Amino acid sequence: MADMPAFDYHIDIPGTTIFDGKQAMKGYALNKMCYSFNKAENREAFKADEEAFMEKYGLNDQQKQAIRDRNVLGLIEAGGNIYYLAKFAGIFGLSVQDVGGLQTGRSTEEFKDYLKSQA
Amino acid sequence: MAKILGGITTSHIPAVGNAIQKELYDDPYWKPFFDGYPKVHKWIQDNKPDYVINIYNDHGLGFFLDRMPTFAIGAAHEYKNEDEGWGLPSLDPFPGAPELSWHIIESMVADEFDITSCQELPVDHGFVVPMQLFWPGAPHHPDMPKTVPISANTVQHPIPTLKRALDFGRSLRKALLSFPEKDAKIVVLGTGGLSHQLDGQRAGFINKEFDQYCLENIVHNPDELTKISRMELVEKAGAQGTEFLMWMMMRGALGDDVTEITRNYHIPISNTAAGTLLLECAA
Repeated sequence: MADMPAFDYHIDIPGTTIFDGKQAMKGYALNKMCYSFNKAENREAFKADEEAFMEKYGLNDQQKQAIRDRNVLGLIEAGGNIYYLAKFAGIFGLSVQDVGGLQTGRSTEEFKDYLKSQA
Repeated sequence: MAKILGGITTSHIPAVGNAIQKELYDDPYWKPFFDGYPKVHKWIQDNKPDYVINIYNDHGLGFFLDRMPTFAIGAAHEYKNEDEGWGLPSLDPFPGAPELSWHIIESMVADEFDITSCQELPVDHGFVVPMQLFWPGAPHHPDMPKTVPISANTVQHPIPTLKRALDFGRSLRKALLSFPEKDAKIVVLGTGGLSHQLDGQRAGFINKEFDQYCLENIVHNPDELTKISRMELVEKAGAQGTEFLMWMMMRGALGDDVTEITRNYHIPISNTAAGTLLLECAA
């Protein structure tokens, strides 16, 4: 989709992806799969056969690879929305500090220290 | 006619639910956060609201991207707390107030706000955690008011503007004040915020200076905050700091004349700058 520079949302905030219509369209299948993880039966089905579960939801190759790699930044790039991705992270028992560390190249402890440093 | 007693805001971080379950009130990490609530408890005990309007943002439990309402109002007899994907124990359902819900919906649509009405609406931590904080033991607190949930979209841009959020609250005020139940006492919650960002290379971003600016102005000068554009809000409050819109909606419902009863601000709780504010409406 072409960019629409006249719109309010088209500004650059470093390290931040604005989840707008463009991202929502790109990530629809991925987010729909992650939304399904609200239900325990779907979390179990994913754990039992990740490839089949991704296929069922129609993920594209980029999304599948980012899921396989547990690559949070890659999932955002592929259209993932953090609120749904949080449910994916939950399957592995990851906290938002773990996920923050993964995205910023910090250990979880380093990420917690960074949060505290802003007090 | 009904009366609006006041408004209370709080962050609604999922980890708080866990801390409540484990009773970590005196834990060194949690104490500065939980210390913000005893004055709120006293105020609630003194005032005993009959109804609570809970303005929050759904995080992918009640709504998916297939149909994403900008403003949704619950109109159910009860609201179920369901698994958000983390397997945490769910609370029992919260009692609704469908007659008040439909009164609000009728009034606000007549006032030209386009509302999505919801006869079923599972509620997530955004709704539940503030209830637990304000009415310990919720929904089984002896004074638990009946509730109307209102959810605004902050999941997917375009999100509402700050001006729209404040105007929404002002229209909600008109609706509440015209509710015909004699002497009904209503409290309005605005939940979420303050600055935080969960996603991207900027994850962990917190902005104390901006939060303090918002806290200062929302009490007596909320119109000043409508000058903040949505992108500026993302830039200064973080991608999820856009939840400040709920505070603006709450503030609009209180009218011009308010008194600040208590305020708390603490960094960090989980990834978030946690804020609490209690504003009482003039009698």
